[in-house]
Amino acid sequence: MLELRGVTAGYGQFTALWGVSLRVSAGEAVAVVGPNGAGKTTLMRVISGLVSPREGDLTFEGQSLARLPAHEIVAHGIAHVPEGRRIFPMLTVADNLKMGAFLRSARRGYRDSLERVYTLFPALAERQKQRAGSLSGGEQQMLAIGRALMSRPKIILLDEPSMGLAPVMVLRLFDLIRRVREEGYTILVVEQNVRQILKLVDRAYLLEVGRIKMEGRADELSEQDFVRKAYVGL
Amino acid sequence: MIDPIFIAEAALNGILLGGVMALLALGLNLIFGVLDIVWIAYVELVMLCMYLVYFLVTGYGWPIWLGGLASVAFGAVLGVAVHLLIISPLLNSAAINQFLATGGLLFFLQSFATFLWTTDHRTVRLNLPIIEVAGMFLSFARLIAFVVAILAMIGLYLFLRHTFIGTAIRAVSQDRDAMRLMGANPQRVYVVTSAVGGAMAGLAGALLIIQYSVHPYFGAAFGPLTFMICVLGGLGNMVGAVVAAVIMSEIISVGGVMMSTEMGYVIAFVLFIVMMFARPGGILAKRE
Amino acid sequence: MARLTAAAVLAIIAAAPFLPMGGMRQYALHVLVQIFIWSFIGGAWSLMGRFGLISLGHGAFLGAGAYTTTLLWNFWGLTPWLGVLVAVAGAVVIGLVLGYPCFRFRVVGHYFALVTLAVGEVVRLLVIAERDWTGGSLGVTLKASAGEASLAAIQFADKRVFYYASVVVWLGGLWVWRRVDRSMARSALEAIGEDETAAASVGIHVTRFKLAITVLSAALTAVGGVLYAQYFTYVNPDTLSGIGVSLRIVFAVVLGGMYSLLGPTVGSALTIALSEYLRVLFGLKFIGMAETIYGLVLILCIIFLPAGIYGSLRAAIARRMARRRAAPA
Ligand SMILES: Nc1ncnc2c1ncn2[C@@H]1O[C@H](COP(=O)(O)OP(=O)(O)OP(=O)(O)O)[C@@H](O)[C@H]1O
Ligand SMILES: [Mg+2]
Repeated sequence: MLELRGVTAGYGQFTALWGVSLRVSAGEAVAVVGPNGAGKTTLMRVISGLVSPREGDLTFEGQSLARLPAHEIVAHGIAHVPEGRRIFPMLTVADNLKMGAFLRSARRGYRDSLERVYTLFPALAERQKQRAGSLSGGEQQMLAIGRALMSRPKIILLDEPSMGLAPVMVLRLFDLIRRVREEGYTILVVEQNVRQILKLVDRAYLLEVGRIKMEGRADELSEQDFVRKAYVGL
Repeated sequence: MIDPIFIAEAALNGILLGGVMALLALGLNLIFGVLDIVWIAYVELVMLCMYLVYFLVTGYGWPIWLGGLASVAFGAVLGVAVHLLIISPLLNSAAINQFLATGGLLFFLQSFATFLWTTDHRTVRLNLPIIEVAGMFLSFARLIAFVVAILAMIGLYLFLRHTFIGTAIRAVSQDRDAMRLMGANPQRVYVVTSAVGGAMAGLAGALLIIQYSVHPYFGAAFGPLTFMICVLGGLGNMVGAVVAAVIMSEIISVGGVMMSTEMGYVIAFVLFIVMMFARPGGILAKRE
Repeated sequence: MARLTAAAVLAIIAAAPFLPMGGMRQYALHVLVQIFIWSFIGGAWSLMGRFGLISLGHGAFLGAGAYTTTLLWNFWGLTPWLGVLVAVAGAVVIGLVLGYPCFRFRVVGHYFALVTLAVGEVVRLLVIAERDWTGGSLGVTLKASAGEASLAAIQFADKRVFYYASVVVWLGGLWVWRRVDRSMARSALEAIGEDETAAASVGIHVTRFKLAITVLSAALTAVGGVLYAQYFTYVNPDTLSGIGVSLRIVFAVVLGGMYSLLGPTVGSALTIALSEYLRVLFGLKFIGMAETIYGLVLILCIIFLPAGIYGSLRAAIARRMARRRAAPA
């Protein structure tokens, strides 16, 4: 479904990704893990078009995305929940979700999508009229995910959804992600909570200083000595 | 001693002027809020629109309401043109360059208007009655302008609250990149914003030409006042804009009767400066 | 080498009034005097501008300076030599009253620009409002002193005197600029321009530095205003205060480049030459056309030469050098 081949990208003179190749098949959940500054966020930004790749190929359902601006990539069915959530703090919860359905194709089914998001995240339904900035961290993350679902995507990119959440909230959030998954969405997720995310996904990639160091099935990967020592903390 | 009735009359006129000033300040506020750029030449666009209405009505005999509609459309076109020709290339430039470019536009429009139409003052004469209320004289034109301005602001409010693009305009001003991830082309949102801001200038032009005469330096009187009301109102705060506009217009109107027009402006501007220190977030903002 | 060039340029400047220019001499001197005065004022503005303090209200200082000496002379016969002290004091007070709360309450960026703009307008409107003394928007003429030349009144029929005076003041401005540039304050203020919190964290007293630079800039601008008034012997609120003149100063500085010693001078020379050329070209025929073109040139310069003439030139040279270096490889 999504495929990157030899993608190199960076900011100005600086190169953050070196020849990264990665694939995600339809219905799959895939994780990208790695230390701080490895380039995980950059990878997500390349896929959603916020950073354009210098070299390499980027295809989604057979179509190349490499030269498209971010706002056109969304229309292909790729929703990006950015690092730090980036909800619109001064808008209400309902307006944030409305912006998630900004795409013309999404506007038609706006009511339906809203219904689904509210069923998935009842906490949001209760706070429809509240300013998004006044939500708790966990609720803001739900809102960010809900907003992404509003565009009726085929794949969701989640960048460190657990960032800044209390451990209990992290567990609840992972439960929610699991439910999103069960709804049939394809997921590509970046996480620091390696142990927990490996239980949730089918496959994982290990990214270090801009290069893919390892990849494999999640259960196999978590057995690897190297990963256990460095990331899982066992 | 000035007869209190004159002061009461001035106070009432201040409120009526406040309506139109609020409309203008909101147009500028919208652009400032979304693009983070102050159009120094904003009121010069109003001036052009006033000329348009003047020529359509006195030259071609159009009815004033039709001239007003044309002015709204013309204002929108001007807004888009300013955005595409001047703002868009400078979106990521230093603030000073943005000030200068729109300041250059101010020189350009003022002088070009002088070149085309000389510095004569031109007035649209409508045969509208003067209303007498409790010994005060009020011009009907001002009353109409006030009502139309209020209606337009309600319209703008509904547009920004309830349409997708209106909500997107508010969202872009909070997080441009996140809005790209929603599938909105920021450039398009900017164009729409500039068109709406320009249309408000056009409407304000139509409302002003029925109360004031137009000349190339019209913007010199109303321009700084508009920036100040815009900032005083607080970014994106419509109620704030109305409150700020009414306060400033009151000071100018009443101060003008009690002292002189210039002193009215001086007091209003000094108030602005003081308020910037006391309430940098706008007149209605809570202090942090 | 640089010293030699500077000496040669200074020699030319010193000799200029005596060079053969036929009937053009008076006019050429007139233009040069304006260039030196406005370069000096532009330099004063850039003291603030280069540290991120964008003032759109320098007309306030300019007008305060020019009107103070003019009115003191006209009404009380106070010599401008003393008047200039009062003028500078006035400008410093305005600078403090404006600057202190702005920096204290962190009014920055667009908001600072708009506050300064308001201050400029206030001075302009006060001048108009107090029309009994100031002549209102019609302006006021400096009362002529008796005789051809009066040192006490700083009035001279011979333009050469003003020429040399303006050169001296201009050199003084360059010297101050240099001093500020070299002093300890520089790195500190540049850090402020970049990032205020960072500057504060290394123990720089941000408010005090900004205030010092504002006061200095205001004082110099007032001196420029006095010089202008003495030279033209006529002052008027629209040419000295308000947005118009403030924008012109800024344009000249940005065009020349505000980060180099001679940037404001180059910019002022170019903009004044342009204004003069357009004025002569159109004369009284097409009223408004000269200014129309001025505005257009301004917009085009900002869009196509965003770093100013000097900056853009340097960037272009750097690009060419880089290409040349890349070519053989
Ligand atoms: N906007 C930017 N400009 C320049 N360099 C950047 C920018 N954003 C990120 N970088 C650099 O790119 C590299 C990769 O950053 P990235 O944010 O992709 O890492 P990450 O794996 O997401 O880290 P984290 O776990 O901290 O989120 C880092 O060295 C970072 O300093
Ligand atoms: Mg990251």
